[in-house]
Amino acid sequence: MSQAPIYTEYHPRWYRRRTSTYWWLRRPSYLAFILRELSSLFVVWFVVFTLLQIYALIQGAESYQRFLDWSKNPVVVIVNVIALFFVIFHSITWFQLAPQAMVVRMHGKRVPAAWIAGPNYAAWFLASVLVAWIVLSG
Amino acid sequence: MADTITLHVARYRPEAETEPTFQEFQAPCRKEWVVLDALNYIKDKVDGTLSFRWSCRMGICGSCGMTVNGEPKLTCATFLTDYAPGPIRVEPLRNFPVVRDLVIEMSDFMRKLVQVKPWIIRAEEKSLSEGEYLQTPEELDEYKQFSMCINCMLCYSACPVYSLDPHFVGPAAIALAQRYNMDSRDEGAGERMDLLSDHTGIWGCTFVGECTKACPKSVDPAAAIQRYKLKTAMEWFKSFIMPRGAR
Amino acid sequence: MAKKSLEPFLWTLFSAGGVLAALLIPIHLLLFGVAVPLGWANPSYEHLFAVLRHPVTRIYLVLLCTLALFHGAHRFRYTLYDGLQIKHLNEVINVLSYGGAIVGSVLAVYLLWQIP
Repeated sequence: MSQAPIYTEYHPRWYRRRTSTYWWLRRPSYLAFILRELSSLFVVWFVVFTLLQIYALIQGAESYQRFLDWSKNPVVVIVNVIALFFVIFHSITWFQLAPQAMVVRMHGKRVPAAWIAGPNYAAWFLASVLVAWIVLSG
Repeated sequence: MADTITLHVARYRPEAETEPTFQEFQAPCRKEWVVLDALNYIKDKVDGTLSFRWSCRMGICGSCGMTVNGEPKLTCATFLTDYAPGPIRVEPLRNFPVVRDLVIEMSDFMRKLVQVKPWIIRAEEKSLSEGEYLQTPEELDEYKQFSMCINCMLCYSACPVYSLDPHFVGPAAIALAQRYNMDSRDEGAGERMDLLSDHTGIWGCTFVGECTKACPKSVDPAAAIQRYKLKTAMEWFKSFIMPRGAR
Repeated sequence: MAKKSLEPFLWTLFSAGGVLAALLIPIHLLLFGVAVPLGWANPSYEHLFAVLRHPVTRIYLVLLCTLALFHGAHRFRYTLYDGLQIKHLNEVINVLSYGGAIVGSVLAVYLLWQIP
């Protein structure tokens, strides 16, 4: 559907600046965007980590103990701490952007963005408390 | 407050050079002056060969968009005193080919505006004798924000996706399509959806959000695009449940 | 025109995965990646295994893992386009990212299915 930009015949030479591979370093907001997108890698890491954990649990208590010892390794802990920062960054940016993607109307007027973000944060908090309670109560 | 302010203005003279250069100018730094006033002063009193576009000088025509200190701005709405003591770097709008000095080539944008079919599409037009199409204030509210676009292209200048892929239809064009999709008088949503549902259309957008930040008219094109994605996704699922003619 | 493009479907998976990831991954990572290894919390093996075996947990984990994988694959695919400008490797990127997500999802389902 989209054609390449059309060239007018016999025009003076236009100057076209090529986008640098490091375009995302030019502005802080571009860098924040790329970091937000890179959080996807840590989301995948979380799944890998969790599947390893599930596998260890299935194999038995010693296997789980080996998994626990591995997860205590400073390198693994550091990776997980970094991953934690990135997934929290994902959560915060996700809830910031969600109101822009959905327009909710009540009585014909648009609901302010905070009314959509608020319940999202509340749900985040409640879900976290619920999961923590289930995991830690034993 | 200083009397004058320095501007580093990009010059590009294709008949004489292959790359843009910068030229330094001094302009009076008056309280009410905007960058456009400084440029006009320069053209008037210092160097008459400086080329740039402008028209209404009040933020409604969309002609004077340029890159000021790295950010896309309407130069008629960018006050000199906000940048004092300067210097201020004025370059042509990014992501577009430069024709000369601060003038960019915009036929790609103009073509995309037309491609999204920005007019009321109806299966059957009402005849004149049946009167006008009626619309409630609530129905107007649905799309009014997206109708405020002045086609200034600051959003294209801010969009990284457009800078990487000039085939991308872009924020203003998609927001314009949404302005018509959400108009209660329009029945053309299906036609436009076909046009925009590939990776040069709405799916090229990765919701960077820079377009919304750059927009001087609060059109929020990023919101238009995300809502369009949501709607397209719902239609996609619906098309499995309901027969094809359900648009 | 690509009438039946998969993009809307993939975007829906991305969004659903994003919501689940935003709501649930932080606490999971905090608990199992940081708190338990550092000794701040000590759930017993028996308790964790009992929780894991429960059908609700299994379905929850299948949903969380598969959708999070597709969310990550979708986003990473677009980052490769934008960040590295390698659109000409389109097909390869698509296969690797979504293929990876499918493999991971199958693994997750298999694992969680055959818990004793």
